[in-house]
Amino acid sequence: MKKPSVELKLPILPNMELIATQTSEVIARHMNLTEDQTGEISIALIEACINAFEHSQTDNNVFINFLIEEDSLIIKVIDQGIGFDKTKVEIPKIENKIGKGERKRGWGLQLIQELMDSVEFESNSDGTTVTMKKIINKKH
Amino acid sequence: MSSFIKNTKEFNQIVIIETDGYLNNEGGEAISAICYEKIKCGQHKFLINMAGTKVVNSIGVSILIEIIEKLQEVDGKIGYFNLAPIVSKTFNIMGLTKYSTVFATEEDALGAFNE
Repeated sequence: MKKPSVELKLPILPNMELIATQTSEVIARHMNLTEDQTGEISIALIEACINAFEHSQTDNNVFINFLIEEDSLIIKVIDQGIGFDKTKVEIPKIENKIGKGERKRGWGLQLIQELMDSVEFESNSDGTTVTMKKIINKKH
Repeated sequence: MSSFIKNTKEFNQIVIIETDGYLNNEGGEAISAICYEKIKCGQHKFLINMAGTKVVNSIGVSILIEIIEKLQEVDGKIGYFNLAPIVSKTFNIMGLTKYSTVFATEEDALGAFNE
């Protein structure tokens, strides 16, 4: 049987990431996920959407696919931007950002990796796909 | 005042800002505008009641890092209370808890800031 999935197409407009989190919350309830997991998915999804909105440097839509599996939720955030080189993204540390005139932003990838169970990035000049997976801990 | 700021009050030289909704860049800037104005007036202690903020993004939280940096210049401090678990976790991942404090309740926060 085909696994259930949900697809979203988001225009690049302010706060559109909240449409993605509202959808993930409904899916999380359907999958009986814990409150902690639901929150972790929301923040990771927000960050992935913001990266797609800000860094894709296009006016194209961002696509989000939720794939509901037996033991996990897989979320793909797909943009059609110019791509990025993950190896050039520095791991942020607050010690390097406070009192040194450094830019305070740049936490998105770090948050996504900390909050999800696995994350994969595929990026080239046609766009970027971030695939995030959360293993299910069902509420008792 | 931004709709993100639900209320601002002062107690024993401590500014308490109550937020409502999504802490994004606009929310962060609304908090920082109040903090910077109060710093100009000599206030150096800030508490944020985040009971109404269930979701944040890293841009909004980064503005809190800017406020922490500003407060270091005046020997001030900032703390937060009534955080949703995921907001607290986000603050931990971003390292805010190394330079500011998360309290469970307003009572705990005021107790610590009044010491």
